[in-house]
Amino acid sequence: MANLGGKEVEVNEGGYVMHPEDWDKAVAGDLAKELGINLTDAHWKVVDYLREQHGQGIEMSIRKLGKSGIVDIKTLYELFPGGPLKYAAKIAGLHRPTSCV
Amino acid sequence: MKQKHILILGAGTAGTIVANKLVTPAKKYDWKVTIVDQCDKHYYQPGFLMYPFGRYDEKDLVRDERDFLPQGVEYLHDGISRIDAEHQRVELMHGDAIEYDLLVIATGSRVNPKETPGMDDGEWGKSIMTFYEFEAAKALREILKNFNQGIFVVHISEMPIKCPVAPLEFSFLADDYFKKRGVREQITIKYVTPLDGAFTKPKASKSLGHLLTEKNIEIIPDFNVERIDSKAKKLISYDGKEVGYDLLITVPVTKGDDVIGRSNLGDELNFVPTDHHTLQSKAHKNIFVMGDATDVPASKAGSVAHFQADTLVDNIIRYLQGQELVANFDGHANCFIETGGQKGLVIDFNYEIEPLEGNFPFPVIGPLRLLREGRLNHVGKLIFRWMYWHIILRGWPIPGISNKMSMLGKKK
Repeated sequence: MANLGGKEVEVNEGGYVMHPEDWDKAVAGDLAKELGINLTDAHWKVVDYLREQHGQGIEMSIRKLGKSGIVDIKTLYELFPGGPLKYAAKIAGLHRPTSCV
Repeated sequence: MKQKHILILGAGTAGTIVANKLVTPAKKYDWKVTIVDQCDKHYYQPGFLMYPFGRYDEKDLVRDERDFLPQGVEYLHDGISRIDAEHQRVELMHGDAIEYDLLVIATGSRVNPKETPGMDDGEWGKSIMTFYEFEAAKALREILKNFNQGIFVVHISEMPIKCPVAPLEFSFLADDYFKKRGVREQITIKYVTPLDGAFTKPKASKSLGHLLTEKNIEIIPDFNVERIDSKAKKLISYDGKEVGYDLLITVPVTKGDDVIGRSNLGDELNFVPTDHHTLQSKAHKNIFVMGDATDVPASKAGSVAHFQADTLVDNIIRYLQGQELVANFDGHANCFIETGGQKGLVIDFNYEIEPLEGNFPFPVIGPLRLLREGRLNHVGKLIFRWMYWHIILRGWPIPGISNKMSMLGKKK
């Protein structure tokens, strides 16, 4: 459990939100703070897009994000330094990108 | 009533399996079935992993595509120029356009070195190589014989790729191969991945993480390649990180077939948006998609195509009979993983459930152990090649392994 957005939220060992219904904007704000990120409108555009795509059952990749028209890849790195897809996914309350093992 | 026409695009693993499974229902319901492919060879793609290390002969891995297609299914050796979904017809490169009542897209996926600047210039096939195509694997076999020292980098450009665990297996097999040749000490092996580790699932990471340290393979995670400086021999990421190499074994960006892009049926990477459980195209009710061509979040692997086939054939029958579709494909995959030194392990998983430890395919008895290294698991992989040619492509079930994943014999 972690205290996020003023409530107790169940997270996994990587700090990702376990239950999508626990996520809200305040939770996102606190998840971002843990990563040293202050959410701006530019961040929210990416986070909202990830959530919308996830809702449609679409898996996201850096390249897809870069081609989405939402953000270019360089900017994405500036917004979420180090690991843009996994950090943006974490803030969006989604699971982190994984492989089969 | 006019005879219904089912058209299958692609005679690789997925298309061949479904063609074989359609023979009986086609007789029963009086359908005509046609399959189109531009290439007349069928490759045993899992063999590409071991071929560069001197395993297998060409004849073990390459057969005539027609040998695996059943009588009663018409085979057209032709390229596909466009799918015109609106008018239910497919335009061929050479032959006449074909009309269909139901289309099965099984056009697979392939690697695209041109997608990464610097990858496909003068050094492609020399210091930058891949093992994801047969000709490339053949060239690599020759290069590896003379690689005696330096930095050997195994690299994934971007997910998704075919057989996501293959690059890791390739690193393990390379460690083994260089040891046998007595040159391992002069070679540094690095594994560069866009994911945040070589293992991304907690159970697999716990059981298998030690393999990397044991084999002295350095992991460079979170690396998204922007370009390659092929003269200076280095990978450069979007955030300016650099990894130098002497020999780069890369998995280029993997995309669905270009025909999907030309026909406006795909996403940014030419994968067809597909219902995860019914395998129906999201855009067109009379198009079904199978194998690597889909965008479903299952592994791009032959075992997945095999497990999809029952749902697909069931839904083809239902669709053409005007019945409701079944939504029972669960993302099931299972794989033999080579860990080097004549050892291997087996994993079994689906959309929801990560690979777990246990016995497989039969609870308690096994004989294969899930997520544990063992010699029998390696032998299993070798037997699997025979099963591929003789059982799997025919669309027959594998004893003890059902299409839906079973939790029997597994430890949560």
